[in-house]
Amino acid sequence: MTKTQMFRVYIKATPEAIWEAITSPDWNDRYGYKSKSEYELHGGGEYRTFATEEMRTFGMPEIVIDGEVREADPPKKLVHTFHAFFSPEQAAEPGIVVTYLIEPEDNGGLTRLTIVTDENNSPATLSIVTGGDGKLTEGGGGFPFILSDLKSLLESGTSLQD
Amino acid sequence: MSDDDIVFKALADPSRRLLLDRLFEQDGRTLINLEAELPHLTRFGVMKHLRVLEEANLVITDKVGREKLHYLNPVPIRLLHDRWIDKYTERRVSALTDLKHQLEKKNA
Repeated sequence: MTKTQMFRVYIKATPEAIWEAITSPDWNDRYGYKSKSEYELHGGGEYRTFATEEMRTFGMPEIVIDGEVREADPPKKLVHTFHAFFSPEQAAEPGIVVTYLIEPEDNGGLTRLTIVTDENNSPATLSIVTGGDGKLTEGGGGFPFILSDLKSLLESGTSLQD
Repeated sequence: MSDDDIVFKALADPSRRLLLDRLFEQDGRTLINLEAELPHLTRFGVMKHLRVLEEANLVITDKVGREKLHYLNPVPIRLLHDRWIDKYTERRVSALTDLKHQLEKKNA
């Protein structure tokens, strides 16, 4: 059975700015785990996240997450598969599906960003995106941490870690 | 009220925290399913608590067919942590982490 989880944040930014921050490699290495991601923004396109220098020193492979773009509708919706290689357990799993929904609110210049994860037989992969019990310094934090930092970067111009 | 106030207020009730705990264990539940977890409350009471949690963005609802499913959203708790709690705990936690590393090194 598919297990669905949701992560939602309201950000004072335009949908276009949020789309750019998620999909552009010039932006997506400036918050969260600061690892660069590349998306071919069409159905069947390739998705890859590259290890940071720090991750490499821990022996991580060059590509730490890959997947296939299922849907790209800028600046509203992005769906891709997510197959992680941080551990052998994750590498052996089929992986999860990640959906980004970007919806402008009626007032106040706020945009609602929701991430939906759908998991099937991939508990180790799911545990990285939900953050588990891990401390940030030990690699924990997942999407709640990434979204909190993305909000900080887009609203104040600085990452929480700077 | 600020977003932080709304989240703190939503968390300041044992029935609402129980609802979050139950969603943490099993996400995507219906109202009827959640009602069974709080037998001391009426349906109206459970609905009222869920509405407060939804307004605080701690619960997200999604319509699947004719069913309305409730999901736990952990992001507002992370926001509180990063913007408010972290500044008081960070130094102490890192001191404890340093101590743990030193002790482990000694025993190695």
